[in-house]
Amino acid sequence: MADIVLDKVSKKFPDGTTAVRDVDLEIADGEFVILVGPSGCGKSTTLNMIAGLEDISSGELRIDGQRVNDKAPRDRDIAMVFQSYALYPNMTVRENMAFPLRLAKLDRATIDQKVAEAAKVLELTPLLDRKPANLSGGQRQRVAMGRAIVRQPKAFLMDEPLSNLDAKLRVQMRTVVSRLQKQLGTTTVYVTHDQTEAMTLGDRVVIMRGGAVQQVGPPQELYDHPNNLFVAGFIGSPSMNFLPATVEQGTLRTALGDVPIGDRIRRELEGADAPRELILGIRPEHFEDAELVDEETRRRGAEFSAPVDIVESMGSDKYVYLTVEGGRASAAELEELAADAGAADFAGAGSNLVTRLSAESTVTEGEHRRVWFNLEKIHLFDPSNGRNLTLHEAHPAGAPAA
Amino acid sequence: MADTTTRAKLRWGLLDVFVVAFALFPVLWIMSLSFKTPATLTDGKFIPREWTLENYRTIFATDQFVRALVNSIGIAMIATTIAVVLGAMAAYAISRLDFPGKRLLIGVSLLIAMFPQVSLVSPLFEIERQLGLFDTWPGLILPYITFALPLAIYTLSAFFKQIPWDLEKAAKMDGATQAQAFRRVIAPLAAPGLFTTAILVFIFCWNDFLFAISLTSTERSRTVPVALSFFTGASQFEDPTGAICAAAVVITVPIILFVLFFQRRIVSGLTSGAVKG
Repeated sequence: MADIVLDKVSKKFPDGTTAVRDVDLEIADGEFVILVGPSGCGKSTTLNMIAGLEDISSGELRIDGQRVNDKAPRDRDIAMVFQSYALYPNMTVRENMAFPLRLAKLDRATIDQKVAEAAKVLELTPLLDRKPANLSGGQRQRVAMGRAIVRQPKAFLMDEPLSNLDAKLRVQMRTVVSRLQKQLGTTTVYVTHDQTEAMTLGDRVVIMRGGAVQQVGPPQELYDHPNNLFVAGFIGSPSMNFLPATVEQGTLRTALGDVPIGDRIRRELEGADAPRELILGIRPEHFEDAELVDEETRRRGAEFSAPVDIVESMGSDKYVYLTVEGGRASAAELEELAADAGAADFAGAGSNLVTRLSAESTVTEGEHRRVWFNLEKIHLFDPSNGRNLTLHEAHPAGAPAA
Repeated sequence: MADTTTRAKLRWGLLDVFVVAFALFPVLWIMSLSFKTPATLTDGKFIPREWTLENYRTIFATDQFVRALVNSIGIAMIATTIAVVLGAMAAYAISRLDFPGKRLLIGVSLLIAMFPQVSLVSPLFEIERQLGLFDTWPGLILPYITFALPLAIYTLSAFFKQIPWDLEKAAKMDGATQAQAFRRVIAPLAAPGLFTTAILVFIFCWNDFLFAISLTSTERSRTVPVALSFFTGASQFEDPTGAICAAAVVITVPIILFVLFFQRRIVSGLTSGAVKG
């Protein structure tokens, strides 16, 4: 068990591309850290550098206080679970799990005992004499985990370990991974492109984009206080709504009507180089059917009315898709997110506002509905650099209503 | 639908039988000849009228053939082993690493494979005489390795490319050195490829006549195909056909055994289960 420190770690490939740029990260002993981001953001490269499978171009990597830049993977004493599982097909499950121990030259009795223990934890005992070809996807995944835990390494590295499983099994394995990590208390770095996995698993989440770290923090903090447009759009499902907004005479003109801005934001926007065009971000759950909002709450927000496109009833609540005028906000970050979600060529079709309303709402498709939204929870972003303007000294809040 | 498939199967079956018969008939004929007595040799009957093992006795009685057989087996085995080991290392490097001159290496090995061997025989003859390699085992082993290597590299790199990269990474993470990862994870998985290559190279060495007749002069290193051509009867008036046929049958046997022995090792789908999909 150990802490892992990345100190300005960068990766440049021989062809000149920079995959990872100046990543600073301190992972505490026993912590579960998730690296998340769209494909090509450098998360896997970062993990491979920690593993020792990729050279570090510049910067320093320390495990347990020791510089390990030039150490071979086998001298770093860390285990890795691969997306493809990478089980040795010529060996049985038992041999697969014993492989790292045999390389470490442990005696037979110790090896047998450790393999048996790990197999018990992962419920692999009846499968020990099978070959990987005769296992299901979930079982292979567990063997891969078993091979990692069996030698009690300083840290676990996991490279999208669940992405090859079907949806149901993935949710199940997620809890297995989580429980196992807590039980063993081993420092873990986990790479995924799935924001749900990132939110549910990690103590802390590192969001990466284009080789650079965007924000590091506990899942809830990233969700509540994203410090830029990219983080705001990446975290959360359904994702945050983004609408274009203009500042005019102390109010914010948006497709949802004029919105008052708080004093602090106003001051910030009075600067000479302050942007006139902004992006307004509101999460789906910060909307509510205006009929269901009491007087007290109503004052903290604003109301608008819009045609209802689609209603999806989830039982616990309703996802309501509204169409508002003024189109979509545009920024490089949002395009990248849309491209990652595979929706880049789909933009502009139908509704452009996703809201999550109470299940009691009587909203129906096709009608015009009055909808309330919480002004305390809105975010304002600068479209030119994506910065969240509503953040204040790292302890942010939505623009308070005037 | 079912009708057409049965008919198609029948058509293909007939074609297959024809091809197999066409290919095997000469072999069977030679076997038949090897069991005939000199008197009935030219009677044109497929089933010998008088069976005899005399031809086999003759060839094994002469030191000439036995010695050639030993040479053939020794030279082919050594050349195969060296070619497969070197080929495995080269193929591994080609399929796994990016190094300067990789394309050149592939190009050169392709060039060697394409080079007409007959044009190299005279220079090789001169070189080997100068170096004292003429009429020795190494004198044949070296050119065999040279010409077998491109074949070995090509076959093996195709096999290595099928092995998932992740397995090697996993082995390294599990604490293996590069050499251990190769020996304990990659090589066992590439085993079918190694055996296939070994068979091909062995057959190439075993069958070679051109180098063997040009670069040898005595029984010291003469291989079987050459020894066959030097067969004479007991007297110069006697026809050695029966003995040649017997020898031809004898030298086919090791090849068949070799293939049968290694074929069981060539299990397809050995890597299944390593990675998803």
